[in-house]
Amino acid sequence: MIVRELELDLDAFEGPFDLLLTLVLREELELAEVDVAEIVLAFCERLEERGRLDLDACGEFLVLVAALLELKARGLFPEEEEVPFEDLDPDDAAGELAERLAQYRRFRAAAGWLEEKLDTESDRYFRLGPAPLAPVPERPLAPQQPESLAAALRALAAEPPAPSLRHITLTFPPVSLFLERFRAVLRRRGRFVFDQEVKALTRVEQAVAFLALLELRKAGEIAIGQAAPFEEITVWNNAT
Amino acid sequence: MEQRNLRLLENPVDRLARTVEALLVIAPAALSVQELASAAEDEPERVETALGLLSSRYREGRSGIVLEQVAGGYAFRAAREAAEACARLVERPVQRGLSQPALETLAIVAYLGPVSRPEIARIRGVAADSAVAGLVERGLIAEAGRDQEGGAIRYETTPLFERVFGLTGLSELPRLDDLAEDDEGLRRRLEEVAGRRGA
Repeated sequence: MIVRELELDLDAFEGPFDLLLTLVLREELELAEVDVAEIVLAFCERLEERGRLDLDACGEFLVLVAALLELKARGLFPEEEEVPFEDLDPDDAAGELAERLAQYRRFRAAAGWLEEKLDTESDRYFRLGPAPLAPVPERPLAPQQPESLAAALRALAAEPPAPSLRHITLTFPPVSLFLERFRAVLRRRGRFVFDQEVKALTRVEQAVAFLALLELRKAGEIAIGQAAPFEEITVWNNAT
Repeated sequence: MEQRNLRLLENPVDRLARTVEALLVIAPAALSVQELASAAEDEPERVETALGLLSSRYREGRSGIVLEQVAGGYAFRAAREAAEACARLVERPVQRGLSQPALETLAIVAYLGPVSRPEIARIRGVAADSAVAGLVERGLIAEAGRDQEGGAIRYETTPLFERVFGLTGLSELPRLDDLAEDDEGLRRRLEEVAGRRGA
C-alpha cells in the first residue's frame, strides 16, 4: 500500500494524498479548510479493506499526517505579538508580571549557581595570556627570470621626464608693450576696433591690453566708444 | 645494548604525548583535540590516546601540574593543593569581585547568548550597560554579531568564561528549570496584590 496514492474525497479536496500535500505546500489550498480527521478516517478504512497491517505504510502516514497537523496548528494560531505592558488589562498584566518575575528568578538562581561554582573553582590556578599569533604560512615564490627583474628595474631607473609647469605659470606681458602698440596704431590709422586688435591674443594678453587701454584713457590720449554693452569697443585718437 | 631495550619498551604514542605536552605548555588557552592534532600533524584518535596518557601523569596528588578538560579542550593548570601559594604570587582580575548584577548578566548571556543588551535589560528589569561593559572588559563575554531586527550588538560567553568557571562547555550548565524553586510563593504574593487592588 502506498500512502501517497491514497484516494481522498474531502469537502475541500478530491484526489490522491500526494496532490493534496503539493497543493498545501504551494499554498494553493487553504490548510484550515482541510479536515485532517477525514484523511485519517480514509486511511483507516483503506487499511481495513486490505485486511492486514502494513507497518511501513502506517509509519509513513503518521509522519505525513503529523507534519500536516503541525502546519495546520501553526496556521490557525497567528504568531504571538508582544503587547506593551501598559496596554494589558490588570489580570493579564499580573500574569505577565508573574511570568517575567519567574524568568528573572530563574536567571538569578543561575547567577547563584555560577557564584557557587566560582567559589568551588577558586583554587584552580592557570596561566592566562594574550593569544600569540599563529605563524604566517610560507608562500613559496614561483621560479623567476633574473632578466625580467632587470627589465623591471631598468624601467624604474630611467630618468623621468621633467614635469611641466605650464599650467601653473602665467606670464604677463608688460602694460607698456600695449601702450606703445596702441599709440603706434593710432598714429597710423587714427582709430581702431579693440576687439579686432586683440583677437589673436591669449586671455592674459587681452586683459593686459585692456589695462593699457584704460591707462591711455586715463591720460586723456584716447576716447573710447561702445554702442551697447558687449558690443565692439572703438578707440580713437583724442586729439583728432 | 641497554638503550635498545629501552627503545623497545617505549609506548608508540609516547613521542606524540611529548609533543602534545609541549603544545599544552605554550598554549595561552585550552586546545581542542583537533587543534592539537593539526599542530602535531597526527591523527585525532592518537592525540586522544596521548591525552589519556598525559591525564594519568598530570593529575591531582601526583603532579603540581594538572591536565584538565575544560572550555572545549585541554589545558594545564596548577594543582589545587598549591592554590594558596599561587594566590600569594598572582592576582586573578577576571574572577575577582564579580558583582551580583554582573553574575546575573553573565548567567543570562551564558544561557541565552547571543543576546543583546535590551534583551538582558528586559529580563533583569534594569539597564545592563555597565554590567555588560565590565564583563567584556574581563573577557568573560564578547560581541557576537548584531541583532537581525534592531541591529543591537549581541553578546555571548567566551572560552575564558568556561575556563574560569571550570566548565567543559556551556552544555554543562544546569537546566534553568532545575535551578528555579517552585513559583507557589510568588504566585500567592501576586494574587494577594491583585486581590487588594480589586477591593
